[in-house]
Amino acid sequence: MTTTTAPHASHVEPVPRTGVRRPSLLRLTAVELRKLADTRAGLWLLIIIGLTTAVIVTLQLGYAADADQTFVNFFVPSLLPVGVLLPVLGILSITSEWSQRTALVTYALVPRRERVVAAKLAAVVVATLASLVTSLAVAAAGTLIAGVTGGSGRWEFGGALLLHSVVFQLVNVLMGVGFGLLLLNTPLAIVTYLLLPTVWSIIGGLVPALGEPAGWLDTSRTMEPLLSDSVTADQWARLGVSLLLWVVVPLAVGLVRTLRREVA
Amino acid sequence: MIGVENLSKRYGRHQAVDDVSFRCEPGTVTGFLGPNGAGKSTTLRMICGLTLPTAGRATVGGRPYRELENPGREIGVLLDASAQHAGRTGREALGVAAQTMGLDRQEVAAKLELVGLDGAAAKRRVRAYSLGMRQRLGLALALLGDPRVLILDEPANGLDPEGIFWMRGLLRDFADRGGTVLLSSHLLREVEAVADRLVVIGGGRIVAQGDKTELLAGNGTLVRARDVEALRRALAAAGLTARDAPDGLLVPTETEAVGQAAADAGVVLTELRPAGGGLEQLFLTLTAESTKEAGK
Repeated sequence: MTTTTAPHASHVEPVPRTGVRRPSLLRLTAVELRKLADTRAGLWLLIIIGLTTAVIVTLQLGYAADADQTFVNFFVPSLLPVGVLLPVLGILSITSEWSQRTALVTYALVPRRERVVAAKLAAVVVATLASLVTSLAVAAAGTLIAGVTGGSGRWEFGGALLLHSVVFQLVNVLMGVGFGLLLLNTPLAIVTYLLLPTVWSIIGGLVPALGEPAGWLDTSRTMEPLLSDSVTADQWARLGVSLLLWVVVPLAVGLVRTLRREVA
Repeated sequence: MIGVENLSKRYGRHQAVDDVSFRCEPGTVTGFLGPNGAGKSTTLRMICGLTLPTAGRATVGGRPYRELENPGREIGVLLDASAQHAGRTGREALGVAAQTMGLDRQEVAAKLELVGLDGAAAKRRVRAYSLGMRQRLGLALALLGDPRVLILDEPANGLDPEGIFWMRGLLRDFADRGGTVLLSSHLLREVEAVADRLVVIGGGRIVAQGDKTELLAGNGTLVRARDVEALRRALAAAGLTARDAPDGLLVPTETEAVGQAAADAGVVLTELRPAGGGLEQLFLTLTAESTKEAGK
C-alpha cells in the first residue's frame, strides 16, 4: 500500500489568482491621461490650453502688421501663456490626489507608488506634446488665412526652433510636477511655482553679487534662448544647471516624499 | 485571508497601535470593534500598505499588500467613502478603477446595479452624493475586481436602516461563498448582527478577540417569565443556579438548558437571551475611557 504525504490543507500557500497581472505602465499612463480630462476643472484647463494659441493667432490676424503675419510669429508667442498653464496641469495631476483624497483609492490599487508617479509624468508629457501639435496646427491655419488676406504668410520654420519649443514646454510641465510632488498641496504648489522663480529673478537683478549665479540658476533667464532658433553651448550648460535645481531636485525629493507619505 | 502580526504604529509620543495581532479566515466575517480613536483605521491602513508600520507586519493571502501585483483583484478596500474626487461622476470613479485593474467596462455597470445606484445616480457627480450614496459607491468600488477579501472601515456610516440590512446580507453572502471580510465599527450592535468573530481594540491594544457567540455568551443567559417564582422553582429542579438581575434572572449556562428547564416545568417565558454583559460592559468601559481622553 502506498501512502502519499500530502501537505495539510491549511499549510498550502495560497495560489495567486490567475489572470491577475500587474497593470502595465502603458495602462497606468492611459488612466492618468483619462484623469486629466474627466472632471470639469481638468477638461476646461485642457480646453483653455488649446484655445490660447487660437486667441493669439486671431489677435495677430486682426492687429499685426502684414509683414509680421508669419508661421513663426503665430507659433512662438503662444509658447509663453501655454507655458504658464501646462505646469498648473502638472501640479494638479499630482496634488489633486491629495486634496480630493483619491490617493486612498489610487495607491490602494497600485501600491507601488513610483509607478503611479511615472505614469503621471508620462501623461503630462503626452499632454504637452499634444498642446504643441495643437499650437502648430493653429499657427498653420493662421498662416494660410494670412496668405489669403494679404498678410505675409511665410512658412519658414527651422527644426531647431521646434526642438527648442518642445524642450521649453517639457521643462515647464516637469517643473510643475516637481513642485506638486514636493509640496503635495495645490494652492501652495501653484503659488510657489509662480512666485519663487520671479522672486529669484528680482533678487538676482538687485543684488550684484547674485548676478553671476542668477545667470546659471534663474530659469526665466536660462530658458529665454529656447524661444529662438539658436542656443549656444554655454546657454545649454546654463539651462542644464538651472534645471538641475528647479526640475531634478524637486522631482527627486518629491518622489521620496510621495513614497513615504502616509495616505489617509 | 488576512494575517496581522504584532503590528504597531507610533506617531511621535503617541502610540496609536500597540502590538496588534489577529487573523481573518476565509468564510468568516470579522468585526473590528473599538471606540473612535482606538486605532482601527490606522490598523486597516497598515494592512493595505497605505501607512508604514513602526513594527510588525500584515499579510493578505500570505503576502504583504505592497507585493500584490494587482491588489484590486484580490482584495476590496473601502477605507473612507468620502475619499472620491468630488468632480467625477460615480460611473467615472468606478471606470478609472476598472481601467487600472484591467477590467471589462461591463463590470462597472454590474457593480453599480449590485449596490443599488441607478443610471441617474451614476451620472451625477460625487459632490452631489449623500453619505449613504458615497458608501454604496465605495462598496461598488471594493467589489469591482471580484476580490476574495474585503476590508471595510465603518461601512454602515450614513446608510439608512434598510441600507444597513442590505449590506449585512451582502457581506454574509460574500463570506458564505468563501470570502474573507474584515469590517470595523464603533458600534457593537452593528457588527454583532453579521460578524462571526470579534476583535476588540481600545487605546491601540487588543482587549478581547474570539468567536462572537463565546464572547457574548460569556456571562450566561438572561431569562424572564410571567411567574418568576415558578421559573425559580423550575431552574432549581433542573439543577441550575439563578440570581436576580435588574431585568430578570441571570443563569450561568446556555440559553438552551434554561429554555428546556422552563419547558419541562411548563413555565411561560417572556424573554430568553444570552446576557452578553461581559463584552458589552467591556465595550462601554472602553468607550467611556476614550470619551474622557477626548475631553481632556
